[in-house]
Amino acid sequence: MVRGIAGVGGQQTVTFGRVIALLLALTLCDPAAASGIAHVEFSGSLGVEARRFPESPAHPGQGSQPSSLVAMPSLYVESQTGWSFTLSPFYRFDGEDPRRTHADVHEAYALFLGEAGDAQWELRVGVDRVFWGVVESNNLVDIVNQIDLVEHPDEKSKLGQFMGHFTYAATWGVVELLGMPFHRQRTFPGRSGRLRFPWLVDADLATYESGAEERHVDVAARYSHTVGALDFGISAFDGTSREPFLIPAFRADGDIALAPHYRQIRQLGLDGQLTLGAWLLKLEAIQRSGMFNRLGREEPYSSFVLGGEYSFYSVFGSALDITVLTEWSYDDRGIRSTTKFENDLFLGARLAFNDVQGTELLVSTLQGADHDSRVFSAELNRRLADRWSLRLEAIALRELDPTDILYETRRDSFVEVGVVYSF
Amino acid sequence: MTSNPFALQRIAHGLAAIIPILLALSTGASELTEAEQKGLDIALEARAKKDGFENFTASQVMVLRNKQGRESRRALRVKVMEVDADGDRSLFVFDEPRDVQGTAFLIHGHTDKPDDQWLYLPALKRVKRISSANRSGSFMGSEFAYEDMSPPEVERFTYRYLHDEPCGELTCTVVERFPVDGKSGYSRQVVWQDTEELRLWKVEYFDRKNAHLKTLTVDGYERYLDRYWQASNMNMVNHLTGKSTVLTWTDYQFQTDLAAMEFTQTGLRRAR
Repeated sequence: MVRGIAGVGGQQTVTFGRVIALLLALTLCDPAAASGIAHVEFSGSLGVEARRFPESPAHPGQGSQPSSLVAMPSLYVESQTGWSFTLSPFYRFDGEDPRRTHADVHEAYALFLGEAGDAQWELRVGVDRVFWGVVESNNLVDIVNQIDLVEHPDEKSKLGQFMGHFTYAATWGVVELLGMPFHRQRTFPGRSGRLRFPWLVDADLATYESGAEERHVDVAARYSHTVGALDFGISAFDGTSREPFLIPAFRADGDIALAPHYRQIRQLGLDGQLTLGAWLLKLEAIQRSGMFNRLGREEPYSSFVLGGEYSFYSVFGSALDITVLTEWSYDDRGIRSTTKFENDLFLGARLAFNDVQGTELLVSTLQGADHDSRVFSAELNRRLADRWSLRLEAIALRELDPTDILYETRRDSFVEVGVVYSF
Repeated sequence: MTSNPFALQRIAHGLAAIIPILLALSTGASELTEAEQKGLDIALEARAKKDGFENFTASQVMVLRNKQGRESRRALRVKVMEVDADGDRSLFVFDEPRDVQGTAFLIHGHTDKPDDQWLYLPALKRVKRISSANRSGSFMGSEFAYEDMSPPEVERFTYRYLHDEPCGELTCTVVERFPVDGKSGYSRQVVWQDTEELRLWKVEYFDRKNAHLKTLTVDGYERYLDRYWQASNMNMVNHLTGKSTVLTWTDYQFQTDLAAMEFTQTGLRRAR
């Protein structure tokens, strides 16, 4: 069961390389593309970031002052016949944690379009990212892409996923069908990284429930539609879990590590949003089977996020808009839940200053309903000049209970400053 | 005689606009005064002149200037589609500032209820349905409010004709219009349109306290498809803050092969 030294990460890079080469070859072979490319666009961003962890580390080897360089260029080529190719690589260099130094392909896909009467179809082939969901704190239904956890503990950064993605958009709604032939492993911090367990997660030790391992073809489908004030989606997924179950194991060198185990799961998802004036009412719910619970037993479960937001516009006659957010996350496994959202309340406020710099501040807390654990978060974004912007972030972890899944990160509150150049 | 393909549509639009007003009148709603009727007639006539364009695409550059003269640029592309008997559908795609490049904004305008709006955030590849209640907020930090950016549907206002007066070489009809929506940032607007083509030349905006907040001046009109007059320059000056925004339109193209499905959430995800 234990994988060889080559590692899944290395294999995936090779696979991605082949896929991109194939797609580029396809672009060049297209007679229309050879005769003329209608439109080329190059854009992206370069950033520098510095994180500071004021508390001394909980686990040996961890650093406290990582700095990073981040590059996210993007190339878009459109042929005269109307199809296009998008390539968006990603690279981060981290000064402290070699595992956080990583490259990925966020997008490398060809897009084909067609019309069928009043309806329209779209086919995307290649590496892409797909977002499903409506809430802000915990996107349960969003299952297509793997989480790039070394990027940020908020679980919102995603890795590219190889897929065939067919969309049929008609007046009666939108149907999407996805086939995903290669599974991506979740990323985890290395020895010098913060926000981790005492033992390292070793991707080389990964095991899969499916005999096809990471080559199992996962499938997903979604129907979504807008009816007046309601936007809703119903989704289904059958394939390899994005979330691993972590099992302590011995590495070849005798050290203890955590071996990720990826189960075969089935998930049904529902998401909906009602937009009523300044009110947004939101729901995401899933039913999932095939996963191991925290005790390592298979347990089907349901989970939902229910919440809403209300906006106060032009507060006190100024340009400031304040949006208040509340979301309640519930997982019916309770303490057997494998996520940080077992029964938690998210409260937040978004301040949009509507100035020339586009200044925005988001402050929030995530509070466990069954214990005192609290996560405070503040994020400020502001443009410094037309091409330069500033990002400040602070995350404070407080009163983490030893039974809390975040307990091992209890000393990992941090502040981060980042400057981004966009081109 | 060849029939004008737009004529029927124009009549249909005219009827669609007049019917609710006739209904309102017949159900005992307060009768319009002569000045109110004339103001409404001018608005309906101005709309009839714009009907039948089907769709257009254009580029916009906004230059935001603060009191000290410091400038900031916004660049976006706009696609607008006409919808029978309802508000237009608009799609905005941002090119500058570069940190929001690729962000796209879809509006399904309505004449009888609040607009539907969606925002596409390229970094997350996420489409968000957003509230359209924020009528008076600033569009991208400019002096244009959201309600100034959406086409002024006839049903959004009540009207009162004031007088005619010379404006440059033309004669302008001056009409006061009052927003129906209580969320509008304005108590009233005074609108100058020339009597020949009902092109808009100037709008004075009065805030909720009836103070003269902003003035919009418009010029550089060009005619497309022999009948649609479009302005090239719009200059919005805020009298309270001393800030201004110049909005320049270029690359107008009418009756393109834009599909209606471009103005959907799927189209929004793909917008460039």
